[in-house]
Amino acid sequence: MPKIKLENLTKRYGKVEVLHGINLEMEDAEFTVLVGPSGCGKSTTLRMIAGLESVTDGEIYIDGRPVSKLEPKERDLAMVFQDYALYPHMNVAKNMSFALRLQKRPKKEINQKVGDVAEMLGLTNFLHRKPAELSGGQRQRVAMGRALTRDSSTFLFDEPLSNLDAKLRTQMRAELALMRQRVHKNMIYVTHDQIEAMTLADRIVVMHAGIVQQQGTPEELFKKPINKFVAGFLGTPPMNFLEATIKQEGDGTYLLGRSFKLRCDVATTNRLSQASSSSIVMGIRPSDLLFDASAVAEESIEVDVVVSEYVGAQSVLIGDCSGEKVMVEIKSDSPIRLGEKLKFRVDLAETHFFDVSSEQAIG
Amino acid sequence: MSTATFNRLTPYLFLAPAVVIMALALLYPLGYMIYGSFRAWDPSQALGESTFVGLANYVTLWNDPSFHESAGVTLKFAASVVSVEMFIGVGLALLLDRNIRGMSVLRTLFILPMMIAPVVVGLIWRYMYHPSVGIFNNTLKSLGFESIDWLGQHALLAVILADIWQWTPFIFILSLAALQSLPRSALEAARIDGATAWQQIIHIKLPLMMPVLIVTGLLRLIDAFKVLEVILVMTEGGPGLSTEILALRISRTATEFRELGVAAAMSNYLLMMLLVLTVIMLAYNRVQEYRAARAIRIIEEDI
Ligand SMILES: Nc1ncnc2c1ncn2[C@@H]1O[C@H](COP(=O)(O)OP(=O)(O)OP(=O)(O)O)[C@@H](O)[C@H]1O
Ligand SMILES: [Mg+2]
Repeated sequence: MPKIKLENLTKRYGKVEVLHGINLEMEDAEFTVLVGPSGCGKSTTLRMIAGLESVTDGEIYIDGRPVSKLEPKERDLAMVFQDYALYPHMNVAKNMSFALRLQKRPKKEINQKVGDVAEMLGLTNFLHRKPAELSGGQRQRVAMGRALTRDSSTFLFDEPLSNLDAKLRTQMRAELALMRQRVHKNMIYVTHDQIEAMTLADRIVVMHAGIVQQQGTPEELFKKPINKFVAGFLGTPPMNFLEATIKQEGDGTYLLGRSFKLRCDVATTNRLSQASSSSIVMGIRPSDLLFDASAVAEESIEVDVVVSEYVGAQSVLIGDCSGEKVMVEIKSDSPIRLGEKLKFRVDLAETHFFDVSSEQAIG
Repeated sequence: MSTATFNRLTPYLFLAPAVVIMALALLYPLGYMIYGSFRAWDPSQALGESTFVGLANYVTLWNDPSFHESAGVTLKFAASVVSVEMFIGVGLALLLDRNIRGMSVLRTLFILPMMIAPVVVGLIWRYMYHPSVGIFNNTLKSLGFESIDWLGQHALLAVILADIWQWTPFIFILSLAALQSLPRSALEAARIDGATAWQQIIHIKLPLMMPVLIVTGLLRLIDAFKVLEVILVMTEGGPGLSTEILALRISRTATEFRELGVAAAMSNYLLMMLLVLTVIMLAYNRVQEYRAARAIRIIEEDI
């Protein structure tokens, strides 16, 4: 399997630069997910790798070979499109075998291959149907099948699940994860859904505004986001951000917010000593706020609960901490009423700190 | 009258004026023609005064070699113009379906011939075909070739060329519209699947354009059967009967031969031919609709 390397990849549409020098290296048989908000340039990056979009600047290497001038078919890759892009006039079998038929492979081999993939995707009974005669989920599978019947070394996916309803999406996500274990190929997967990114990826690449913000394993990105954007983008419900000032009082260090004053332990003090200014932003994951009515003031914040979203065993509380929105995850059976002022203990060891202006992580 | 009945009748009330106008303007002349086709009818007579001859006009025509020749010319003309126009029109559309600077100007230029009045087209081409001063023969002469007797020996070819010049743009713009409404991503998928430009045309573009192409072709065919002005101006059907298409023969039968009944019968033959084509076209549309409906039904049955 080839290594794919993007070197300073840049894209301009006319005068507008939408990708500002992307650098990425994808290892052998790795599942890479490009994730980011709408319009950040994920599709553009993927389409440039595929050869559907010209490269303005920089280079794409597949196995060390520069390919940016090559036609898509010379790059040996298969792609699954967001709208499936099935050939409307061909039935499922013909759709899946199109590439093989163009290569003039023997009929027997083609039938064998299509049969195998259809079996794996549960499409055997639909082989003679036209795309218009299939449901959304089935079409999605055919699109996947068409990519799989080809023996390409690299698979590209552009938001393949985004046109499905929530239930089907979860199901297909699981099937994708399963397929991923069986098919050892390079996969590059574009999505704006961070749950898909977290569950499927070996490596996540978070993009924003045409720039790679951070890349790494899902765990690395979740635990050690290098800036406020990545921190806020990954994780549901999203991370809470509270403004605070670092204040020295006697021999203790304190974090002073609008309505809270937290005392820092030694480790936190050390981390905060790297801050370039005394104003910072604290980032606390909703799951790291612990409901504790008897917590001491110097270890906790107070939140006015405005909304409670029941999601089953867990509930998400949306509250207000002196004008800043705070979300908390708690057990649904906790005795909580709306409008109450509740105390939550803050675990500073799990708290992230960011510079106010550069938004880079501190410590 | 209850409100419900009234509500149900309202749409018909609104339709009524249109229906009346249609009946007067369309059905009345048509009925008149069909009625006339069963009579020995002279232009000096009122239709009521003519004698009823049953199918005699139709039988006469059926055995009339000139009518056969005329029908043959019409078929030859229609078949050749439509096939050549389809070929060139679709080909041009496939070539020009890209975003290059100046392409929109080029496209506009291409469709100009279609906008010129047929009589003018006939005059232009007659002049261009002129044996001594026409541009074709002048060019041939200056290149050292023999001049060609365009409107004499090669009259049918000459009128076919003029029609192709005028009507290829029609196929061109409809094909271009069809091409541009093709699903972009399916074509991209084909590129990824390794299809060359030519394979994309053969395997994806043409099959997907086919519904539009079939209807376009049939429309052109219907039109080609009715062509009159250009040929009238260029050759008046001559030399001999070599370019006398049916529409021309009908007009001559009525005016020169003064046989209105026969002319009406001939019109009806032409009408029947066109009717067949129209029915084929409608049937084709129905088949398409049926297929779409069946697809939806299949999905619903699954659920
Ligand atoms: N053909 C084009 N011409 C001009 N600008 C374009 C073109 N295609 C994309 N862009 C711009 O490039 C940027 C990146 O687009 P891209 O489609 O890669 O976003 P994306 O990350 O895939 O977003 P989404 O999640 O909505 O699909 C966007 O700001 C978009 O407006
Ligand atoms: Mg996109």
